[in-house]
Amino acid sequence: MESRINERKFKRINRRELLKLAPVVALGAFAIPKLQAPLLKAGLGFSDWASALLFRKGLLAPTYADSEVAPIEKFYVNDYDVDDPGVDFDKWTLTVSGSVQKPGDYRLAQIQALPKIQHNTRHVCVEGWDVIGSFGGARLSDFLRAIGADTTSRFVYVECADDYYESLDMATALHPQTLLCYEMYHQPLTREHGAPLRLQIPTKVGYKQAKYLTDLKVTNVLQKVGYWEDQGYSEFYGL
Amino acid sequence: MLEAVIEIESAKSDETTPAVYEHPWPVRFCHWLNAVALFVMVGSGLQIFRAFPSFGAKVPQKNLLDWPKSLAIGGWLGGALQWHLTFMWIYIATGLFYLGYQIFSGNYRQILFTTRDVPGVWPMVRHYFFFGPKPPSREPYNPLQKQAYTSAIILGILSVLTGLVIWKPVQFSWLAWLMGGFQMARLWHFLVMWAILLFIFGHLVMVVLHGWNNFVSMLTGWKKNPDYTPR
Repeated sequence: MESRINERKFKRINRRELLKLAPVVALGAFAIPKLQAPLLKAGLGFSDWASALLFRKGLLAPTYADSEVAPIEKFYVNDYDVDDPGVDFDKWTLTVSGSVQKPGDYRLAQIQALPKIQHNTRHVCVEGWDVIGSFGGARLSDFLRAIGADTTSRFVYVECADDYYESLDMATALHPQTLLCYEMYHQPLTREHGAPLRLQIPTKVGYKQAKYLTDLKVTNVLQKVGYWEDQGYSEFYGL
Repeated sequence: MLEAVIEIESAKSDETTPAVYEHPWPVRFCHWLNAVALFVMVGSGLQIFRAFPSFGAKVPQKNLLDWPKSLAIGGWLGGALQWHLTFMWIYIATGLFYLGYQIFSGNYRQILFTTRDVPGVWPMVRHYFFFGPKPPSREPYNPLQKQAYTSAIILGILSVLTGLVIWKPVQFSWLAWLMGGFQMARLWHFLVMWAILLFIFGHLVMVVLHGWNNFVSMLTGWKKNPDYTPR
């Protein structure tokens, strides 16, 4: 162990020590315009991968007493285009396609014939607000079973009357709290909340819970992921 | 190998300059990684906050403050989330590596505030704020500094825990409950950020006051002419 060294040697040691910090400079890649987008995409992708790992199939989202539910007037209506895409309820069907044994058009009554689930859960928006609401509908998993869906497929993809579209990983689609929702606050869905049928997923952020459903497809390949996802939002965003 | 305390011989005269090795490379490495990560986390976090600058109901929405877009990172909510959800991994990984290193190397003693440091607090307060004499020291960090750095680490841990609740309020619903719910977790996350910013402000003021040799020690590990008598 040396305790006396000359100035030149000290400088050399300092240079070597400084060089050990060089990897920090690699973060500068985020400042290079050409690399920024792909790096952030990879980072978001890693987050989504971790999110899928954190998701527990058997874990139920907290449910709340009726006294904790916010009145429907306080349930903010969010849309990206129109509150009411003018769905004709008499002619409405859910068109099912993809890896299913019974594709075709399903009427609301057929979905309502499945066991009904009623729960009060928290709706969380990506923007940061949340509201506890009351929801009723059929389990998506029951519907997938009824249409003979291949549940080893990776995704459930939906399209909406307002041209919105979304996709769900199969694990979340099969979660017991994931609903094909046709009631809010014990009343048929109002138009601004997505009548006649919407997704309601207590384990997902709000933008995944598409309204005014018209089409449902079980698939392994997604051409498009979702309206917001295709503009840069997280694809998985599980809560 | 060098001793932790050395004398540097001048090339021109017989004089020597004392130098002490204060910061092992993992500490310096984490410090600078964390500096970049925090910058991005705060900037993008403020842009995310702009999407709903409130901590209560959405209807009716009462905004707390309108943070300027020019002082935020990401441009819009989706962009800011990309930055936030990317750099949170760098932030967390840096924090875990740092904590692991400090614990296993024993280097944490340098900055961990313990009951032994309590008697030294008042003399330091007198020195900093009331022109009292500088208490003699044999360590790089005085009791007030230890208090500040220990607090900063606790704030770092809290920032991650509150953030986890906002990101995954269902998977970590017990933590959300512990924090008083989803909106409260957002509020804690926000307050922890301001506490960290306050620490950084004080930290930067002290760096300027302590001069160049002190700053260099966080780059090379070595501090020339330390203002304490090293053990």
